[in-house]
Parts: sequence; C-alpha cells; structure tokens
Amino acid sequence: MAAEASVSNGLNGAASSTSPTLSLKNISKFFHATRALDDVSFDVMPGEVHGLLGTNGSGKSTLIKVLAGFHAPEPGGQMHFNGEPVSLPLRPQDFRRLGMSFAHQNLGLVPSLTVLENLRLSQIALSGGAMINWPAQKKAARETLERYGVDIEPWRRVDEISAVNHALLAIVRAFEEIREECEVTGKPGLVLLDEPTPFLPKEGVDKLFGLVRQIVAHGSSVIFISHDIEEVMEITDKVTILRDGKVSGKVNTADATHDQMIEMIIGRKLVQTGKAIPQKNVQKPTYAHVRDLSGNGVKSCDVEIGAGEILGTTGLIGSGYDKVPYLLFGATKAESGSLTLADGAETPLTEMSPKKAIAKGFALLPGDRHTQSGVDTLSIFENMLLPDIDEYFRGGFLNARAMRRQAKTLGAQYEVKPNDPDLPLSALSGGNAQKVLIARWMHRNPKLLLLDEPTQGVDVGTRDTIFKELTAAASSGMSIVCASSDAEQLAAICDRVLVFARGRLVQELRGDAVKKDAIAEACYGSLSAAERANQ
Amino acid sequence: MSDAAPDTAMTQINFMRLFERVALLVVWVLLIAGFHLAMPDIFLNWGNFSILFASYAPAALLALAIIVPLTAGDYDLSVGAMLTLSSCTIGVLNVWMDFPIGIAIVIAIGAGVVIGLFHALFIVYFRIPSLVVTLGSTSLMTGIVQLITNSSTIGGIDNSLVMAVVGGRFLGVPYVFYYALTAMVVMWYVFEFTPLGRRLLFVGRGREVARLNGISVSRMRVGALVVSAVLASIAGVMYAGVLGSADPYSGLNFLLPAFAAAFLGSTTILPGRFNPLGAVAAVYFLGTGITGLTMLGIPLWVTNVFNGGALIIAVTISQLTRGREATDIG
Repeated sequence: MAAEASVSNGLNGAASSTSPTLSLKNISKFFHATRALDDVSFDVMPGEVHGLLGTNGSGKSTLIKVLAGFHAPEPGGQMHFNGEPVSLPLRPQDFRRLGMSFAHQNLGLVPSLTVLENLRLSQIALSGGAMINWPAQKKAARETLERYGVDIEPWRRVDEISAVNHALLAIVRAFEEIREECEVTGKPGLVLLDEPTPFLPKEGVDKLFGLVRQIVAHGSSVIFISHDIEEVMEITDKVTILRDGKVSGKVNTADATHDQMIEMIIGRKLVQTGKAIPQKNVQKPTYAHVRDLSGNGVKSCDVEIGAGEILGTTGLIGSGYDKVPYLLFGATKAESGSLTLADGAETPLTEMSPKKAIAKGFALLPGDRHTQSGVDTLSIFENMLLPDIDEYFRGGFLNARAMRRQAKTLGAQYEVKPNDPDLPLSALSGGNAQKVLIARWMHRNPKLLLLDEPTQGVDVGTRDTIFKELTAAASSGMSIVCASSDAEQLAAICDRVLVFARGRLVQELRGDAVKKDAIAEACYGSLSAAERANQ
Repeated sequence: MSDAAPDTAMTQINFMRLFERVALLVVWVLLIAGFHLAMPDIFLNWGNFSILFASYAPAALLALAIIVPLTAGDYDLSVGAMLTLSSCTIGVLNVWMDFPIGIAIVIAIGAGVVIGLFHALFIVYFRIPSLVVTLGSTSLMTGIVQLITNSSTIGGIDNSLVMAVVGGRFLGVPYVFYYALTAMVVMWYVFEFTPLGRRLLFVGRGREVARLNGISVSRMRVGALVVSAVLASIAGVMYAGVLGSADPYSGLNFLLPAFAAAFLGSTTILPGRFNPLGAVAAVYFLGTGITGLTMLGIPLWVTNVFNGGALIIAVTISQLTRGREATDIG
C-alpha cells in the first residue's frame, strides 16, 4: 500500500516522488565519552510508516531529541527533507516550514483548556491579529475532527475526555499541523509518533492506526516508535532498529517475523520465560479471599488469591481491572469489600490504607512511575529503601552508608545500570528505574505483591529480567496480583487471569487458556459477557 | 551510561560537586576580603562580627523555620508576621498587663502553635495553596498586632529575657547566636540523620509516592507548618530580647532575607536540598553584605535592592543547580 501511495498520490510531484521525505546521514551524538548515537543513517520515503525500534538506552530517545531540535548532533551529520538540505540543529521555526510535527509520549495537551483550544493552539496562540475569530476557529476545529472521523465535542475540557481521545486529539493535532503546510507546498510532510499507544486499549490503537493510514494515504510519512512488536508489525512498512547507538537492522516489515525483530532489538535470542515446570493446573492453597469489592468503577467482585500464585487482571479500558491493585492496597478507598487471609483475619477494605497494607506485608508497584512510584529528583538508594528506612535508624542516627551498601547489592541483583546508589532516579532509563522500584518491594519479600502494568515503557531485555524475578518469587510462595492490558505479558507470567468488563469480573482463564490469543479474545468478548451478566 | 565515562571525567564531576558545596562559603570569604580592602582596620574586627552574629540570629531562626514546610512542599510566607506577633504578644502581656515573662513567652509560643494549626486547616484540610493562605495570614496577623499594640513600640520588657538573650557572651558573641546554632544543629540532625527527615523530603518531592509508601502525608505537612510557626514565634521571643522592646513593624523586614537565605542555602552544603547549615550560612552571608554596605555609607534603599536581588538570584541558582527539573513547591 505504501509503495503505491508514494507513486500515485496527488500531493507528490513526479520529480520529488523519488527523494525520501526524511533522510538522515551519519548522525552522531556524544555525551562526554558515551556515544549515544553513532553514525546513524536512514531514509523515510513518502507515504511510508517507518518503525523506529530499540531498547531503553539504544539511542532512540536521543535520536528523537535530535529530530525535535533539542540536541545538536555532532558536526558531520546531514539531514535532508524532501531532498532539501536542512541545517542542524533544527530551529523551532523549521518544523512548520518543512511540514514536520510530533506527538510525544506525554501528548503535550493542556488539561484545563478545551479540545478546541488544544487543537487550534498554534493558530490561536500564534495568530498575528488583535482578536481571535472564535466562530472561524470553532468551524475549523469541527472540520478537522470530522475529517479524521474523531468523535469528540470541541467544547469539552481536555481533562473531561477519555485517555483514548487524549491520544487521538494529540495525533490529530500533529497531523493537522503538517496537512495545512503540505497543501501549500505540495510536498509530503512527516509526523513522528513517540510511543502513542501504551495507555491505549486495543480499540484505541485501532482507531489510531486508522488515522495513521489516512495520513500516509495522502503521501505524507509517519515515524512510529513503540515497544510493542505486534503493533509495529501491524502498522509499519519498514523498520529501523537501533542498538547501542548504532543502526543494528533495517527491514521491510513484511519480510521479518516477530522473533527476528526482538532478536535485532536485544541482540540475543529470547528464552521462553518462566513456567519451566508445568504447574498450571495445580490448585494453589488460598492466601486471601476478597469478597464484595467495590469502588472506583469496580462493582462487587469476589476474588480468591492463591499462595504463590501470579494472578492477572485484565480487560478493556474502563473495565476496572486496573483499579483492583489500588483498592486492595487502600491507595484508592474502596466503597465496600473485605479481605480474609488464610489465617482467618478479616479486614474491611473500606478501612484499608497504604500504611496498614504495608504492615500486613502487602506491596504496591503503581503504573505511573513518575508521580506515584518513585521521586526522580531523589537518589536511587533513598527511593529504593524508602519503606525500610526505620531499619537503618540505629543508635539515634540514620546509617546512610549501610543504605548505600544495601542499595548497591540490590542494584547488582536486579541488574540496575549504572549501579550507583547516589545517582538521582532520573539519571536512569525507564527500564532501570523500574528495576529500582521493583527491588524496593521485592527485597522485603512481601506476602502479596500488587502490580499495575509493571513493564510499561520498559525495554524487552528488562521485561525478561522482571518476569524472571516475579516467577522466582511466586515459586517461593509470594502471591502476586498483576493488572495489565498486555496479553503477552499476562500469558508469560500468570497462573490465572481474571477478565473484567464494566467493573465486573466476567471470566476466569486458567490452565491452558492462559495464552495470549485467548486472553485477547476474552477481552473482546468481555463486553457481551458483561451484558449477559447484567441481564 | 555514565559508568562508561573514563575516570578523569568522573573526577572532574566530583570536583565540580565539591566546589558547588562550598561555593557560597568561598564567595562569603571573598566578600569579607573585599570589604576589608575597602575599609581596612574598621570592617574586620570581632566586635563588628559579634554584633552581626547576634542581630541576625532571629533571621537565622526564620530561615530555619521556612525550610521545614519548604522541604515538605509548602510555602510559609507568614513567618515575618509570626515573629512580630510573638514579640508584640510578649510586649503587651509582660509590659502592659504585668504577666510574668515566663508565662508571656509560653503564650507567645502557644500563639505559634495556634497559627500553625490555622494554616494547616486551610492548606492541608481545605487544600488552599499555601502561598495564598500564608500571604493572607500575614496581613491578618499584622492587623492583629496593630490592634493589640495600638501601632506603638512597647519598651521595658523584663530584663531577665534581655539578659538571657544578649546579656551573656561566649567568645564575645551574645547567647542568642548560640540559640540559633543549637536550633540549626537539631534541625540538621533531624533532616540528615532521622527517618523523619527523609520522610519529610519524600512528602515534599512526591506526595503520592510518599502516601503509597505508607507515610502519613497530611500529618507530616501539618507538623511542618506548626514547627515553622513555632520556630518563628521563638524567633519573635529572641527578637524581643535583642531589642528589649516590642516593635510592631520591623519584624517583616526579616522575611525577605530569610527567604533569600533559605533558597541560597539550598545551593550550598547539600546542593539541591533545603538544608539548615546552608540556610544559616546564607543568612550570615547576606548579613555580611548588608553590614558592609551600611558601613560604606550606602543609603538605605540599597539594602532593599540587595535583599530582593539576592532572593531572585538565589532561587535562580538553586534552580540551575538542579538542572531542568521542575520545582517541587507549589
């Protein structure tokens, strides 16, 4: 489809159809002695969806920052846009002129403004005139949303709309910025989507992909960055893979398999994680029984958690599966429910608090690393040992040296790189920061470990490490509840998976049914199951 | 990534860090040397510095008061007004109403507890931004002070307070300086060597992180606001002792240097963190500047320019030393 588009689309003149939309040659970027980018070259053709893959620390983020004009590359690097040389570093005014736009991971929306204001931000904020022509802006916004078939009311405040619509809005805005420019110049533009999907459920991703196909059909190009190999396989035409700052592979998506891509990303073969011993059908003794749990969208659920079991919860967005760990931990107040442990002690969940939960030997690793899990500006050892801090208070003094030593040991065990306890958490890549925060709870050997998307935004190699630790912990008796929308992850680690829809528990998968396809299928079937349950 | 960096780069970074820690002290020494060159024989004498140490002790206590809620992520702009309220409470009770000085002091410090709880009620319970609440309470307390003092200075505070604060000297420096030092050491201990100090830091940097790690965030914030108000009221007691009278107006002049010192102090000793040693060092750095300028015969308005400029520069430096990280106080 892409090849066809690059030849036959209306925007593209015959002369320029052969030159790539974006061409990078010999781009390097050094930080002191570290070669974050080492002689990277690749081309993105008009009408192409180009995947950019790589683990955390592969140089992918640095490359994006070079493209965004945030970093100046080393001298010698060249960039051509539609055949025209562009001087590096890029300046802010270049993007509009060239027809380049970005939709970043955090989406860059202003929550307290309306959809209209966000969508037309640059036109409204940068217009030269003395007055804003609101009727015209409203009309333009409506037209834009209609053009892409996105059903959002323009007058809504952005914080009122769903996460899916946030992503769609940010992407529509990025597309719209280049569309206007492309119509003027008649040349294809480029949109860079930096991990737009991790917060989206499958149907949201489908909508997003629909938008991507629309834009490439007009001859423009899309650079698509994601950790999700499945998504990359589905949407991209070509893929460039970075490893250790160098291009480690360039493939046509159609010619590569899922496993080949992973091998190129991590540079080694993946070993099948966990579950070496077929224990799926072994009934585990019950560790905790949760009765009538309600709150924050979850309605009256009964859940049994086995000792040494990894229990997954999943579902479509809004189904409430992701609230379960928080409700059990008391991080979100439950409206009703009780928790009975194997020893018969019953706790009303309405009175649960993080403090009480920790005292009971529970641990929660939230999904939002930056605001809920760790403090970026504080050091690794302080973050890692926060819940244990009282144990280091000896003889009236906090023993920071012992804390550093312990953090260093744990860092080595959980393969944190670089393993320097005094660095701020922000100095680590996402995957390594997650290892620190997992180590925080795992080394305490909690009885019940509650996880929300433990491998979100984490590279494939780290995922492997985390899975290994989780399965090892479960086999030594730790009970784990893991909320995730990633069926592959659940299939890799879980003994049982609970599927939620509209706040209710609608299906339980166990034994051989805990497979990626079966989990995905159950999620799609979950809504009709919920309908049946309601009748 | 930095583990790949060669040793020379690491040593360089370590050297830079060390320099950052003592930079303010170096600048302080340079400032003293500068004034010494401008005024040989006059500036650099112990009597001069002992007055400086004593007269800025209340400001040092205020700077210490401010950094407690700042570390917990809240502003307390009202410490200047709290100082005034406390010293005037002593004046009114002790001089006009003949309360024994001990009881007057207890009531003045009790007023600090009440004001701290009042702040906490609005900031923590009603979730009003701390900037707004403490700005409002500054005006509120200033009004109350005008009411109870009839806007007049009250002289003749019990001599035992004056004696306890500035009557005795150790190494030529009045006791009040050592009271401030004691407060600094206690706070340094709490901040650096107790789990409480670390919890306070996490509360300020990541409320949600702290909560999910079992820390009682609200209780910590209430505690920080009460400690701040109480320290400010103790500073008021000291101020009454230093002056021997209660002045309804001059206390507010301490607010700006104290704030400047809190932020300037966070660029030194432990760069990136509000720390008691840095704050006290910064108070005396600013005090040296103002004393020197005054001795050079520079007009009064320069003091204001100096304090205001120092605040802005201090916050800028403290921001730059922490790189592009977001501020953690809101």
